[in-house]
Amino acid sequence: MMDQTHHASETSLSIKGLQLSFGAVQVLNDVNMDIRQGEFIVLLGGSGSGKSTILNCIAGLLDVTDGQIFINGKNVTWDEPKDRGIGMVFQSYALYPQMSVRGNLAFGLKNARLPRDEIAKRIDRAAGILQIGDYLDRRPAALSGGQRQRVAIGRALVRDVDLFLFDEPLSNLDAKLRAELRVEIKRLHETLGNTMVYVTHDQIEAMTLADRIALLRDGVIQQFASPGEIYRKPVNLYVAGFIGSPSMNFISGEIADGQFRFHDRAISLDGYDGHPRDGAAILGVRPEHTGFQADGPESGIQATVELQEHMGAESVIYLRLDGQRFALRTPDDTHYPEGTRLNLSFDIARASLFDPQSELRL
Amino acid sequence: MADIAFSGPRGPKPRRRLSGRNIMIYGTLIVVALYYLVPLYVMVMTSLKGLPEIRLGNIFSPPVEATFEPWVKAWAEACTGLNCEGLQRGFWNSVRITVPSVLLSILIASINGYALANWRFKGAEFFFAVLMIGAFIPYQVMIYPMVILLRELGLYGSLTGLVLVHTVFGMPILTLLFRNYFATLPEELFKAARVDGTGFWGIYFRIMLPLSLPIFVVAVILQVTGIWNDFLFGVVYTKPEYYPMTVQLNNIVNTTTGARNTM
Ligand SMILES: Nc1ncnc2c1ncn2[C@@H]1O[C@H](COP(=O)(O)OP(=O)(O)O)[C@@H](O)[C@H]1O
Ligand SMILES: [Mg+2]
Repeated sequence: MMDQTHHASETSLSIKGLQLSFGAVQVLNDVNMDIRQGEFIVLLGGSGSGKSTILNCIAGLLDVTDGQIFINGKNVTWDEPKDRGIGMVFQSYALYPQMSVRGNLAFGLKNARLPRDEIAKRIDRAAGILQIGDYLDRRPAALSGGQRQRVAIGRALVRDVDLFLFDEPLSNLDAKLRAELRVEIKRLHETLGNTMVYVTHDQIEAMTLADRIALLRDGVIQQFASPGEIYRKPVNLYVAGFIGSPSMNFISGEIADGQFRFHDRAISLDGYDGHPRDGAAILGVRPEHTGFQADGPESGIQATVELQEHMGAESVIYLRLDGQRFALRTPDDTHYPEGTRLNLSFDIARASLFDPQSELRL
Repeated sequence: MADIAFSGPRGPKPRRRLSGRNIMIYGTLIVVALYYLVPLYVMVMTSLKGLPEIRLGNIFSPPVEATFEPWVKAWAEACTGLNCEGLQRGFWNSVRITVPSVLLSILIASINGYALANWRFKGAEFFFAVLMIGAFIPYQVMIYPMVILLRELGLYGSLTGLVLVHTVFGMPILTLLFRNYFATLPEELFKAARVDGTGFWGIYFRIMLPLSLPIFVVAVILQVTGIWNDFLFGVVYTKPEYYPMTVQLNNIVNTTTGARNTM
């Protein structure tokens, strides 16, 4: 699916064996990525997982401890940020407060000694694309958060580069503005067709924007795949639990005779997408892949309603199953009072099985 | 975007002028201000009186017969030793010491602070630690070593030497001041400037300086008052013709009235 969106197949950015330590603390460990021209890559992970550090290494704002970085086939590992052909957008906007919007946009271009009319042309173009033409002569302090972030994107845009780096650009905005600007960034990517590396801790942003997501934990890439792949076939327990809201439900049990068994119950693994093997395992079922019946047979998988959250279009029911919390999501908006017994059914074709030791998907 | 008309309450925020809290604050401030102004008042009044009137001892009363003659005498005629040019020489010496010392020390310290806060170069921590230890060594300990150093440099007894001394001794505290201030500026601003192709000096002059006027004002006040009022370094590291005003004043008072002995 994602492959069709690529404008070309040549490599835009390549990271090989990247290591980074601050003193004795290793922050990045053997990060490898090959990013094609025009791809939208999201670095996703919890706080402190090393997302910004990777971005700063790509930008040349941090010296790598080991490894190499190639942009458009050129080894830029030790090049200055300005010589790497990148534009960068920051969470705090990082506009120069003492300069007007125009001054902010022109700053880098003047440093690069571009002719005056070329600078004016590029600013006009960026102002048109981002709709910031009306306040080119204002100071950043006189702009709203959303306007400031547009200007910050404009500052990357005027550089006319192939590679855009975003470090949580929407995190300081309120929810409505965030959704708006997210769509605009997506549209911008479609218009410009350049490569984007986008850091966020927000899985909605990651799922909606990315061609591919690199999910990070403690400086190690857990999985680097399309949003659909990460959602359907998470490589390990961590990824499975990270993506999705509410989180995937996990049930401990064992596999035997093509069945998953837990608490005297057995579920057929027919149609499972993977290679289950006999022995202890953890079954992961997403709340939205769980079906239920209000009056099922006593012998089924029975759970008790604890709490139901209604969200209009759908609702989330929190249940207790064998003493454990289990969530399910349904478009059914009927209210089930606390204590109601529901019979659950799992969609095995969309479930995941994990090895409890290695935590890897089977 | 069209301006949206603002409806609802208008005008400045209402204030209660004479609240009890304000009376307390302003009352305290006025009392403290007067306390600091009284000595100045006494000094100016006394300077405008003739000696007989001063001897009457009414230090708070304004002069019956104001005279500017003592001012002229102090400025242009007072003698220290054989030299009878008055205080003007010391005054201009103080200016020639203070201005370059203040400029030089602030320039160097701000660059130090900038490098320490924003460019985490190898050995930065060690450098900073050494500087901080410097701040805790009483400078009396370093007076004599400094004399030797200046003598070896051929600067002992010169204004340049004294400027150097002031610059060096102001360095630890000023560097700390600037480093801590620069560390509060958003780091992403610095990163953005680097992506925009600005180097070490470009970021310092075009990004950091314009954003740091408050701390420069603090540093100037600190240095001007400290160096203008300095006595010890002035007397130790220069010779009589370069004495700052503080030293010269002390000498005039000693030779003309022997005030030291009677105090
Ligand atoms: N200058 C630094 N010195 C020491 N540790 C750092 C420094 N910068 C970041 N770290 C550590 O590196 C890890 C990753 O940081 P970062 O890349 O900023 O995470 P995030 O994924 O939230 O962007 C964190 O544990 C952080 O504490
Ligand atoms: Mg970060």
